[in-house]
Amino acid sequence: MQITPDSQIVFTLPLGAWGEWPVPVTIVNTWIVMAVLVIGGRLATWGIGPSAPVSRWRIAVELVIGMIRNHIREIGGGDPARYMPFVGTLFLFTLVANLMGVIPGFMSPTGSLSTTVALALCVLVAVPIYGIVDNGVLGYLRRYFQPTPLMAPFNLIGELSRTVALAVRLYGNVMSGTVIVAVLLAVVPFFFPVLLQLLGLLTGVIQAYILAVLAMVYIASASGAEPGAAEDLTPDKETGA
Amino acid sequence: MDALTLIAAVSIFTAGITIAIGSIGPALGEARAAAQALQAIAQQPDEANTITRTLFVSLAMIESTAIYCFVIAMILLFANPFWNWAIEAAAPGAGG
Repeated sequence: MQITPDSQIVFTLPLGAWGEWPVPVTIVNTWIVMAVLVIGGRLATWGIGPSAPVSRWRIAVELVIGMIRNHIREIGGGDPARYMPFVGTLFLFTLVANLMGVIPGFMSPTGSLSTTVALALCVLVAVPIYGIVDNGVLGYLRRYFQPTPLMAPFNLIGELSRTVALAVRLYGNVMSGTVIVAVLLAVVPFFFPVLLQLLGLLTGVIQAYILAVLAMVYIASASGAEPGAAEDLTPDKETGA
Repeated sequence: MDALTLIAAVSIFTAGITIAIGSIGPALGEARAAAQALQAIAQQPDEANTITRTLFVSLAMIESTAIYCFVIAMILLFANPFWNWAIEAAAPGAGG
C-alpha cells in the first residue's frame, strides 16, 4: 500500500541534455487543481463590473472572497488587499485540493509531503518579506532579539519548527484520511469508508482554513501587529466610542 | 529470531504503542479546550463566532502532536526503510 502519491509515475518528460524527469501523480493532480481554480474563477467572474451580479456563481465567488477578507482584517491585517493574493491562494488551493480528494481515482496533491513542504516554504519566505517591507531589514531582525538577545536562537528555531509543523499537519491530516479509507475498504466495505470520506471532507476544509489562518497570524506577528489590533480602529456602533 | 523477524516484530509493536500513547495527550488537551470554549460561549453568547473560530484553530494546533505520532506509525508500517533494506539484503540469499 502506498501512502503518498509521489510513487506513482504518470508519464516521463524527456529533458534532453538533463536526462529524464518522471512526472508523478502529485504534479499532474496539482495541474488539475490549478486548472479547476483558474478556469472556474475566470468563468465565474465573466463580465465583472460595478453592476449587481446576475449569476449565482459570481455571488458565491464574492461571498468567499468577502469572507477571506474579513478574516484577514480580523487577524490584524489592516488593509486585506496586501495579503489577499498570498493567503487567499493558500486557502483556495488547499481547499479545492482537499475537496477533490473524494473524486474516485483522484489522489489529493496535499496528501504528498512534497506539496505541503512547498506550501510551508512559501509561508517561511513570505513572513520575512512582509516583515521587511513593513519594518525594514533592521526592524525585522530586531524582533528576533526580543524580549532579550538570549532568546535569538530560540526564536529562530521556533520559526523553523512551526514551518515544519505547518507541513506535517496538513500532510498528516490528508494522508491519514486517505489511508484510513483504504484500510477500511479491505475490512468493512461501503458503509464505514463513506462515513470516513465525509470526515475527510470536514478535516480537509478545516485544515485549509487552519493553513491560511496560521500563515496570516505569522505574517501579522512579524509585522508587529497583534491579532485583533486592527479592530480597535473602527468605531464601536453600540457604544459610540 | 533472525534479523528480518526481529525488525518486523519491533516495527509492528512500536507502531501500535506510538499511536496508542501519542493520542492520549492531545485527546485530553482538546477536551479541556472544548470545555473552556463552551464555558466562554455560555458567558458571552455574542462572541460565539470569534470563540468558535479560535477554538477550531486551537484544536488543529493541539491535534498536531497526534498527527506526528500517526505519521510515524504509518511510516513504520508501510514505508519502513529498515524493512526495505532487510528485504533487499535477504533477497540474494533466498534466491540462491
